[in-house]
Amino acid sequence: MVTFWVSVLAVSALLYVLLDGFDLGIGILFGLTRDEERRRAMVSAVAPIWDGNETWLVATGVVLWGTFPIVYATLMSAFYLPLLLMLAGLILRGVAFEFRNKTQRMRWLWDAGFAGGSLVAAFMQGTMIGALVEGLPIAHGEYAGGEFGWLSAFSVLCGVGLCLGYTLLGACWLIRKCDGEVRASAYRLIPYLSLALLVFLVVVFVYALAENLQVMGRWLDRPYLFAFPLVAAVAAIVLTVSVRHRRDGPPFSMGALVFVAAFGTLAVSFWPYMIPFSITIQQAAAPHSSLAFLFWGAGLVVFPLMLLYTVMSYRVFRGKVHPSSTYH
Amino acid sequence: MDSLAFLLSRLQFAFTISFHIIFPSFSIGLIAWLTVLEALHLATRRPVYRQVFEFWLKIFSVAFGLGVVSGIVMAFQIGSNWSDLSRMSGPIQGPLLVYETFTAFALEASFFGILLFGRSRVPPWFYLFSTAMVALGTTLSAYWIMANNSWMQDPVGYVMRNGQFVPNDWVAILFSPVLWVRFPHMLLASYLTGAFCVAATGAWYLLRGQFHAEARIMLSMGLYLAAVLVPLQLFFGHLNGDYVHDRQPVKFAAIEGRWHDEQPASEVLLAIPDPASETNKYAITVPVLGSVIGSMSLHSKEVGLTDFPRADRPPLIIPFFAFRIMVGCGLIMLLLAWLGTWLSRKGRLEQSRVLLWLIFLSFPLPFIAILTGWFTAEVGRQPWVVYGVLRTADAMTPFLTAHAALTSLIVFCSVYTLIFAFGVVYIYRLLRAGPAGGLVEPTPGAVPQRPLSVVDEPLEPTPRLVPVVTSAAHRRSTGNQPW
Repeated sequence: MVTFWVSVLAVSALLYVLLDGFDLGIGILFGLTRDEERRRAMVSAVAPIWDGNETWLVATGVVLWGTFPIVYATLMSAFYLPLLLMLAGLILRGVAFEFRNKTQRMRWLWDAGFAGGSLVAAFMQGTMIGALVEGLPIAHGEYAGGEFGWLSAFSVLCGVGLCLGYTLLGACWLIRKCDGEVRASAYRLIPYLSLALLVFLVVVFVYALAENLQVMGRWLDRPYLFAFPLVAAVAAIVLTVSVRHRRDGPPFSMGALVFVAAFGTLAVSFWPYMIPFSITIQQAAAPHSSLAFLFWGAGLVVFPLMLLYTVMSYRVFRGKVHPSSTYH
Repeated sequence: MDSLAFLLSRLQFAFTISFHIIFPSFSIGLIAWLTVLEALHLATRRPVYRQVFEFWLKIFSVAFGLGVVSGIVMAFQIGSNWSDLSRMSGPIQGPLLVYETFTAFALEASFFGILLFGRSRVPPWFYLFSTAMVALGTTLSAYWIMANNSWMQDPVGYVMRNGQFVPNDWVAILFSPVLWVRFPHMLLASYLTGAFCVAATGAWYLLRGQFHAEARIMLSMGLYLAAVLVPLQLFFGHLNGDYVHDRQPVKFAAIEGRWHDEQPASEVLLAIPDPASETNKYAITVPVLGSVIGSMSLHSKEVGLTDFPRADRPPLIIPFFAFRIMVGCGLIMLLLAWLGTWLSRKGRLEQSRVLLWLIFLSFPLPFIAILTGWFTAEVGRQPWVVYGVLRTADAMTPFLTAHAALTSLIVFCSVYTLIFAFGVVYIYRLLRAGPAGGLVEPTPGAVPQRPLSVVDEPLEPTPRLVPVVTSAAHRRSTGNQPW
């Protein structure tokens, strides 16, 4: 039962990172251009799906509370400020999607909310992941780091890294969904983004070695972990080649694969801890009566339906979008 | 624990949840009414029903969307500000919230898609069925939320183990008698919200001399519905009072403004309670009525607030006044609904501009009643968060600082106010534009998961290209411009 719910949680979180990742990335790219034509194309490349993407964040949040309440309580309270900023960012960008088309006078406000909200949300997510990897200060099963315990050079670095990663995913998505100038500029951007991301990975690695982070020990204990960077490297190569040959399909899948590999790396190096090196999955799990109550309805019936629904909405939305006809 | 952080956290929760409840209560009522409307359309084939349906479907979309957006915060702030509560009650409250999220996703998102796109693609009976399914989805959402809150009012079906509430009887939790009087009370409140907003809109159009056919349907259906539902609501309100009387006597004493034991008890209709001297000033009371309301008897003894230690009493002022405002709103609604229905039966309603004005101005009443009802229930539960077991003060995140709590309060207040302002202006513009003209064609970019996308009405008044155009033609004429 515990295994089942860990898997559900992992799938929800991974889906959230992949799906909202690219649309947050597009939000960041949106802020980089002033051209209304391009902006509209970008919005229409995610308009029909972004809300569904964010559903996975709420799903992850509530499933975490219902199945691992101790982890939920610890993380939500430890990440008080970053969580607040992330939520404010997500709400602003969410309503900006709708309201920017309904006003001209105030459009600047919603545009700023869309780009700024996406950037802040992405940065805060990266920072929180960084703080988790570095290890949250926890004493007697409770967070003991104060208001800014999550803030460090390393976590900020991870925040920047995730923004880069999301932007790369966003650019790959634009290639897949758009034509013309938007697609061309995304192609131009990808080499720089990939290079920046590579530099980021090297810096993180060196930093982790220098600081002798506990996570690094995992790599020696569990050599099969090296499979993940290998997969990521192959994906990166395919991505580079297909960008060179201007093939629209593969870059996004490959970018997503890099993210899956990164997610897998984290998950396996944390295992069996949920909050690294202080709270394990078994310690955090809700009692059997809670997990079983959830399993027979939400887990067995509704969760597969949600997955199916997600797949279907992406199938309906496949192919290139034509901004002039699809979104006003 | 930082007591300022505690106060700010309570304020934040009160603010965000009060803000949030406005939208779901409106949309739950509206979609239920839309189901009735669609059934009438199917039965009578009168196109005007469809006209009204399509118009209110747009409003529903906006309200539904704002409810979803403002609800996201709820899933997270219980953990961030109330980490000890979420740690302890997670095994019970967590799963209830998972079911809420999952059923909402499964029923509302998928069938809402059919409401938007399916009119021409599915048979009429299936379209009606989809409307009913969306209504069922919102109703189930309300059920799970009420299950969650009712468990906090009257915790059942658990044992304490390792400092956690461990569920050992889900049937007791899901079918608790407290839940099954509170859930209908909330549902009826939502239906009344829908009914009064619809009737008020109808009255507004009639006063302006517009959209006559649609306005008459809105007005009469809204009023007839309210005329039946308000008495039913008063009955369920009474049942709620009974559970409070039996299970939360201290809350009951606070609501009644009863400081000391009385036998037989009088009923305080209005007063200015003075907590310092533990008496009521300028009280208007009715002898014996207190015993009748509390125990259905002429000589029962009713307990007063001073029977309980100070540390276990709720603050009296808020429940006392909030309850009276709620009941006052209910009585005004009853009067309006019955008077309106009576005049409407006699065919004289449309001549009575005074009553039309009153009905038009009555639309805030159900919202005020819902908010004050919740204030009564929640403030009256204090100082407990899980009644009788866990104090609110022990539920807060122990290390939360006033600084952090103030930051989040300010951020949420500003973000919510911004959205609220735009949302309300937007709904107002949709209502003002009215149901005239053609039927809504959703924009191609519109999708079920983005309810706000259904309507492409601009927020600002657009310069009219042709002096006299109906609003639908107007919409079409501006539709090609790059909004």
